[in-house]
Amino acid sequence: MIEKHFSGTGASTGLHVGRAIIVGIIGGNMREKLEPEDEKSALKTAINDAIASTGNLIATLGGAEAEILNIQNALLSDDALTETVWPQIEAGVSAHDAWHSALDIEIAGYLASQDEYFRARSTDLIDIRDRVSAHFFGGPKPLALAGGEIIIAHDLAPSLFMEIEWSHGGGIILGAGSTTSHVAMLARAKSIPMVIGVGDIWKDLHGTILMDGGQGSIIENPSSETKRLLSSEIKVQSSSQAREIVAEDDGAITADGIKISVMLNIASLDDIATINANVCNGIGLTRTEFFVRDAIFHEDVQFDRYVALLKWANGRPVTIRTIDAGGDKPLEGYTSPREANPFLGQRGIRLSLLHLDIFNIQLRALLRAAAFGPLKIMLPMVTRPLDVEDARAAVSAVKLELLNAGVPFGECELGMMVEVPAVALCPQIFNVDFYSIGSNDLTQYATAASRDNGDVADYADTAHPGVMAMIEHVADYGNSAGKPVSLCGDAGSDPHFIHALLKAGIRTLSVPPAALLSTNAVIRSLTLTERI
Amino acid sequence: MSAVMASVQLTNEIGLHARPSVKLTQLAKKFSAKLEVATSEEGPWVDAKSPVKIMRLKAVQGETLFFRAKGNDATDALDELAALVYRRFDEA
Repeated sequence: MIEKHFSGTGASTGLHVGRAIIVGIIGGNMREKLEPEDEKSALKTAINDAIASTGNLIATLGGAEAEILNIQNALLSDDALTETVWPQIEAGVSAHDAWHSALDIEIAGYLASQDEYFRARSTDLIDIRDRVSAHFFGGPKPLALAGGEIIIAHDLAPSLFMEIEWSHGGGIILGAGSTTSHVAMLARAKSIPMVIGVGDIWKDLHGTILMDGGQGSIIENPSSETKRLLSSEIKVQSSSQAREIVAEDDGAITADGIKISVMLNIASLDDIATINANVCNGIGLTRTEFFVRDAIFHEDVQFDRYVALLKWANGRPVTIRTIDAGGDKPLEGYTSPREANPFLGQRGIRLSLLHLDIFNIQLRALLRAAAFGPLKIMLPMVTRPLDVEDARAAVSAVKLELLNAGVPFGECELGMMVEVPAVALCPQIFNVDFYSIGSNDLTQYATAASRDNGDVADYADTAHPGVMAMIEHVADYGNSAGKPVSLCGDAGSDPHFIHALLKAGIRTLSVPPAALLSTNAVIRSLTLTERI
Repeated sequence: MSAVMASVQLTNEIGLHARPSVKLTQLAKKFSAKLEVATSEEGPWVDAKSPVKIMRLKAVQGETLFFRAKGNDATDALDELAALVYRRFDEA
């Protein structure tokens, strides 16, 4: 086997060797590409299952609806539909991709027709295409990882990242993607190496892969010599990580003696499992859209997890952000499925105020947990003072409920994210106890460069003087009004930005656990006071 | 054995789209003869037992359908297929 080298953009550092798993994704489900023979039988099974599953439906429906299903099944049973699919699969294309592209060609043929009856037939074919796809992806075999595999896909949604069991390590290689996407952020938090933007070659990666998430390099079928050279490096790297994270750190004081608070951004209890709280200044951001993703209706489950954080922090502040779904973080049954521009749509507090039942469950769990330590509630995507007022009203109502029911609870500070440019220019109009700047969203909104589009990554620059001016404005106001201002975006742990952020007046950074020690080290090397 | 041919005009409003195509192929499959259909005497000829291929013809109202058959029951098959088209696929 010949060693092949590819390169992309490093999105999460670390070296990893593992088996390549090509993953197809449709509608929130994943499926592994197998060998051609298995792919062919998978397609045959999916088609047969799609036909068989309508049997009961046809019997109960009757009439026109049953006839439509009968017609669709007649088309599905026709070998002519799949005759171009088999050679594609033999050439190495996954069954789901080959099926989709064949049907898409068929659909395009009908859409191009002059006759409206034939144009309308495209919907039947779309239906057929998606019914079979659903059997591919919704079947009894969800993606199962033995551990340590490298997930290879076009792109990966944050929710799918959360569904993968990462406790045995692993890696991610994406054809598209962006270093500022949420999935890249999650990968960094879990120290999962990740390379993005490799282009179409992702479809052809095969066998054993060695990846370097720092350099963005990928080696397919690495020689035993290459592996031997790098395996010692991997061992050194993982053992030093483990050693460092439990070691007492010197803390974050600049070279000229200014104390900087460094807190952690977390998405699950695993993120802090190997960390002693005394190496940081608490938790600056808990992403509850992931942290309690499986428990948005379960107050007691949420309560237990929030209390676990407070106990871990042992008296240090724990900032918990209410569910920030929407944008690139859809939540089934909660976020709006059809928004042309989800980053500018229903997300964060806007959705919470729409789903007050779910918001109230979270507030009850948070207020009850606050009896166990300094818990701070943070609202995402606040845009208008009314957003804060409505949230405060909900908090007051929940407190009254708890009081009347005799359930113990604690007082919480209420703060807000600063992500919307309009907010960054007038923080004084909001009735809150603290601010946290979400520099990733603030940057994408202020520079009009989407964070999930790698093509405009160079535009989405937090160092842009306009973005820095907004950060400085919020920090100035916080310092003069005595209200804490922190920053919890990627810029906070990026060595290129830390100096500028501290110069702008930021004194609290919240960073991924994996970046804590490097951030401290950068801070210790900096001088902030001017010497005349 | 030589092929026999027949032709008939499509008069139903919606032409040879999904429902009529499926009806046509269901009828065609009752015969053992090799049955083909085209929208021109010169072809291209497609398998009259494949609804997907018949739909691809995208034959609309007013077009003439040509049938070609080869096999034991070829004549009967052509009679019945032409009659189905003539009856506008028995659609209301």
